[in-house]
Amino acid sequence: MSAVLDIGIEGIGVWAPELPDWLAAQSMFVENASSLAAPPPRPAATVLAPGERRRAPESVLIAVEAAQQACTMAHREARELPHVFASAYGDLAINDYLCATLARAPGEVSPTKFHNSVHNAPAGYWAIASGCTRASTAVSAGASSFGAGLLEAAVRVCGESEPVLLAAYDVAACGPLRDTIASRSVFASAFVLAPWSPRAVARARLQVGAGAATLAPLPSLLHASHTGNPATASLPLLVALARREPVSLRIAAAPSLHLNLEISF
Amino acid sequence: MSHRIVPLAITAYTVTCAAGSGRDAFARALQSRASGLRENDFADWPLPCWIGRVAGVEAAPLPAAWAAWESRNHRLAWMALNEDGFRERALAAIERHGATRVALILGTSTSSIGETERTYRELGDDGRFDPSQRASRVHETHALGAFVQQALGLEGLCLTIATACSSSAKVFASAQRLIHAGLVDAAIVGGADTLCGSVLYGFNALELVSCEPCRPFDAARSGLSLGEAAGFALLENIQVDKSAPRLLGYGESADAHHMSAPHPQGLGAEQAMREALARAGIAAGEVDYINLHGTASRQNDEVEAMLVARLFPANTHASSTKGWTGHTLGAAGIVEAVVALLALERGFAPGTLNARNLDPACGPQIRIDNAQCAVRVALSNSFGFGGNNCCLAFAAGTA
Repeated sequence: MSAVLDIGIEGIGVWAPELPDWLAAQSMFVENASSLAAPPPRPAATVLAPGERRRAPESVLIAVEAAQQACTMAHREARELPHVFASAYGDLAINDYLCATLARAPGEVSPTKFHNSVHNAPAGYWAIASGCTRASTAVSAGASSFGAGLLEAAVRVCGESEPVLLAAYDVAACGPLRDTIASRSVFASAFVLAPWSPRAVARARLQVGAGAATLAPLPSLLHASHTGNPATASLPLLVALARREPVSLRIAAAPSLHLNLEISF
Repeated sequence: MSHRIVPLAITAYTVTCAAGSGRDAFARALQSRASGLRENDFADWPLPCWIGRVAGVEAAPLPAAWAAWESRNHRLAWMALNEDGFRERALAAIERHGATRVALILGTSTSSIGETERTYRELGDDGRFDPSQRASRVHETHALGAFVQQALGLEGLCLTIATACSSSAKVFASAQRLIHAGLVDAAIVGGADTLCGSVLYGFNALELVSCEPCRPFDAARSGLSLGEAAGFALLENIQVDKSAPRLLGYGESADAHHMSAPHPQGLGAEQAMREALARAGIAAGEVDYINLHGTASRQNDEVEAMLVARLFPANTHASSTKGWTGHTLGAAGIVEAVVALLALERGFAPGTLNARNLDPACGPQIRIDNAQCAVRVALSNSFGFGGNNCCLAFAAGTA
């Protein structure tokens, strides 16, 4: 086993159509409250300027919504936090648009859609909206994107002894990409991580270990459509945080490597 | 303020780009001022522009064992892995440290989207992927990392950083942190990006592509030339080889300004450069060579020139090498890290190919001509969409 990264979780954010915030997630995971009768079609994402909110792709909206919730809960200034945005697929609707337009009429590619197609679009919009000039990173590790992003963020927390924002998100495949990409849902979560201190809502002692981690089953009330969405790898952590149960979790960080998280309160 | 980091040895490195495959060929092109740019000759993408296209990719299929990973991007990555004995050096390091103790961190902007574009052009009448493509693993950002991990038999951390044109610079920073934290003993870093319809037509839609070979920092520059490249570096503890060049520092920042235009005063870029100097524990006056981002876009070059004029003394030699390679996007970080390492290793500083009359914003630091000079410390700037900035600091080894 390797070094232990001792981190505090200070803020939590979550967005899925049936889980618009951490309060709703806690209700579902602790009290088995079912999802909202009329789920919001889009996240509020009030951190974005109104014009940007209208034009922003779905991946940006869900990622910045979760990020904003986590910063608010942590009572941290968003502009002061280096951030890591993790996603397996980025914005699949934009990829579908780009590939379909290139096949049909390449000269018609929209410049805005093109610059929104970069994997770091949510991180870029977040930096602009929050006025944050700190290190801004966007990562992908396929099915292990959440765990790999968590490790990238945790290493930064411990190396620099400062809080870091982690957001993990993925959207549903659309168009012909549905034939190769299994994601059928929209899910984002975010965490403000910091060197452990009593202001944290939970403590996570994190170690890297050899061997794969299998995905834990979804909480029963969550729609089964979430199973193909890599960002839902954060759900076991979210459930543990909601129930405030000390627990040991294995989260995939690579195909044959896992993170072991000892969660305590 | 950022504190000084523990430097790392760069015990092997390589690059394949339009100006040359491998270090010797690339260094020869740099020294003889032979550009790798040519008129766009991709039949599928008939745009009037110049490109940095790597010759021979079409005729170099992946080994049969990796056929499921076929894409232009992976072919280029495989070509680069096999230059300069890099693959053998990497495998020896994996043998030495163990397959779980060597991290793989690669940068890319568009990964294998060229293959996804092709699949869309060849959709069946039902509008679906050809059945042979449905099991393909190339249609996602992490395909590059996943392919190279398989190709090298690595079993440890494997991460793709995708922050547009700073991607394969930021891999050095992540690797340094992982090694310093004791989570791995070594890291293979690098990146690959290949020419595809998305970037040619996308940058064209943004009116950033020049119809002539790009002329970084020229007063009459008219935009960038796109290119493709792949490159790799092996990072280890400096005790492994004290004579090897070193990663001395890094700086990462965001502009917090605009998705595709730089901050007008270079706020984020300055922060990244200052952080790199602070982590390296050096003053601006100690920098001998700076490889600039220098895309030849109107805005980038103006902002970057003003920044260099503000931060560095007149005797610092700074240049853009994109006139040789084109803008290789997600691979630009590793390509230009290699330029900096070649400058340290071979005692010369490249100038700025294709520039004739420098923009008035340029200070005396920005040079058109190459120079033979001892280079002890070199910086490399990489800036990307989303206002994403990274600056790396390298130094010569001690022995």
